[in-house]
Amino acid sequence: MNWLDRIIPPKIKGGRDSGSGVPKGLWRKCNGCQAVLYAEELVSSFEVCPKCDHHHRIGGQRRLKSFFGATSYELIGEEVRPLDALKFRDLKKYKDRLNEAIRKCDSSEALLVAQGTLIDQAVVVAAFDFSFMGGSMGAVVGERFVRGVDRAIEERIPFICFSASGGARMQEALFSLMQLSKTVAALKRLKDEAIPYISVLTDPTMGGVSASFAMLGDVIIAEPKALVGFAGQRVIEQTVREKLPEGFQRAEFLLEHGSIDMIVARSELPASIHRMLSSLYFEPRSQTRVFA
Amino acid sequence: MIYDHLDFEKPIAELEEKIEELERVSAKDEDGIDFSAEIQKLKVKCQEKTKDIFSRLNASQITQIARHPDRPYTLDYISILIENFQELHGDRHYSDDSAIVAGIGTFKGIPVALIGHQKGRDARERTYRNWGMPRPEGYRKAQRIMSMAERFKMPLLTFIDTPGAYPGVGAEERGQAEAIACSIEKLTDLKTPVISTVIGEGGSGGALAIGVCDHLIMLEYSTYSVISPEGCAAILWKSGDKAKEAAEAMGVTTRHLSGHGLVDTVIKEPLGGVHRDIAPVIDSLEGILEAQIKRLSGMPVEEMLEQRYQRLMDYGKFTEK
Repeated sequence: MNWLDRIIPPKIKGGRDSGSGVPKGLWRKCNGCQAVLYAEELVSSFEVCPKCDHHHRIGGQRRLKSFFGATSYELIGEEVRPLDALKFRDLKKYKDRLNEAIRKCDSSEALLVAQGTLIDQAVVVAAFDFSFMGGSMGAVVGERFVRGVDRAIEERIPFICFSASGGARMQEALFSLMQLSKTVAALKRLKDEAIPYISVLTDPTMGGVSASFAMLGDVIIAEPKALVGFAGQRVIEQTVREKLPEGFQRAEFLLEHGSIDMIVARSELPASIHRMLSSLYFEPRSQTRVFA
Repeated sequence: MIYDHLDFEKPIAELEEKIEELERVSAKDEDGIDFSAEIQKLKVKCQEKTKDIFSRLNASQITQIARHPDRPYTLDYISILIENFQELHGDRHYSDDSAIVAGIGTFKGIPVALIGHQKGRDARERTYRNWGMPRPEGYRKAQRIMSMAERFKMPLLTFIDTPGAYPGVGAEERGQAEAIACSIEKLTDLKTPVISTVIGEGGSGGALAIGVCDHLIMLEYSTYSVISPEGCAAILWKSGDKAKEAAEAMGVTTRHLSGHGLVDTVIKEPLGGVHRDIAPVIDSLEGILEAQIKRLSGMPVEEMLEQRYQRLMDYGKFTEK
């Protein structure tokens, strides 16, 4: 902190972007159409541009709020926290990267899991936070995911996952790869119990996350234009040595190639998923299905 | 026999060349000079040099051995271990994928199913095998064989040796991610024993797709990692040149992985690597496979599946606060 910082009261300091003269946070530019938008507007639309419908990335907490609306929810597995078992270090220490992510994000890890009520249906929701180390999947993500699935089995309520991830977390090395099989094994038990699993792919869903639970939903939904695939575009370009076609690995491309069921706008997701869950019959606890 | 030598094996290569040359000269035996003492001395020296180099291998050198062009591939193991091997082809939807071989045969009289990545030895075969990088069809063929193994109560033996699943346009269009996810899902509760052996490179999801198992074996100089050291370096170090550092940091070697309880059995390789002598590795592998098939087959299926499930649940370390 320099001497100027010290003497300017925090209210004045925080209110201005350096140099621009525009109060910070009042206006924001849409990443899709570049339109300058009133920030409040983007916040209330859960990061969807009112002009071009571009779906910006959204954090874990706000995802849960956007989905559950005004109703409250209970976090599951929030107590599960990361541990740098390998003392991993690249350009930075993993420990420092974690602390930085925790400071920067409103989520305590790359995945938040919660039980709440969707209109009138109890559900368990897992929501990735891409801003937390690229939504990467390590031991905490795997464990929280499994605890969420276990809760859904225990309560016999549907499981919904919003994925947004670059894939497995390299800093946890092989342990992170094993989260693919860990999460999938838990989901298999949910499937065997005939409890619905809805997978919502949001921008981006890549690598180890797409190659595990994200592509295994009874129903797979994607948000408009979400980037979804196994290999990253740069890696593919280097391998095949040609420019990739326009729209490659986007939600619309996946729909066309039969990889997903539908594309649904963020604002429509709660109603759309609720409607589907009302059609997908699953037995509530201690009841058996009676065919008329 | 002269092997392809890796850069760190250069001192060994030089000694081997000298030995070869002396042997050639004494075979001609024109001047009647006896080189046998000299040759013997060089052989001892070469042996010692090899021991010395191989006792100090770093993760990046082990990665090179795991990718050694002379290293035995899946079909080499199958041809020695399995009788009546019949390869089966195709995913029944789109095509066959030669980067994954699959089939049935008998192992010590026991009918077994087999799936493994396959690399190619020369330029033509390497292209044909796509450098051991499967497309979705490979995983879908594998799933077909997994189902058969379950239905006909055959233990499933898998061999892992891939840089990773193929990153291509067509592979993405045909659902690479889904193909891997479904393979993993199928293995998590396949109702027959599954034993996996990493024989070379265990590269990421493309390896795990045929690697969820009841018992994981790794050859001493094989590797297993979430991403290739080059890929990891490019992302975290922003430079592909840091692959050496990345290999070390990720701990891709059997020494690191078994220390963390991620591998069940490590098979020791002969001095210089399995490509110099496959026989002792075959001996060990045969014994372990037989013992594991016996152990797993003697167990009620439900118990075996519960153990497999618990193994998966135990992966990963975290704290609770």
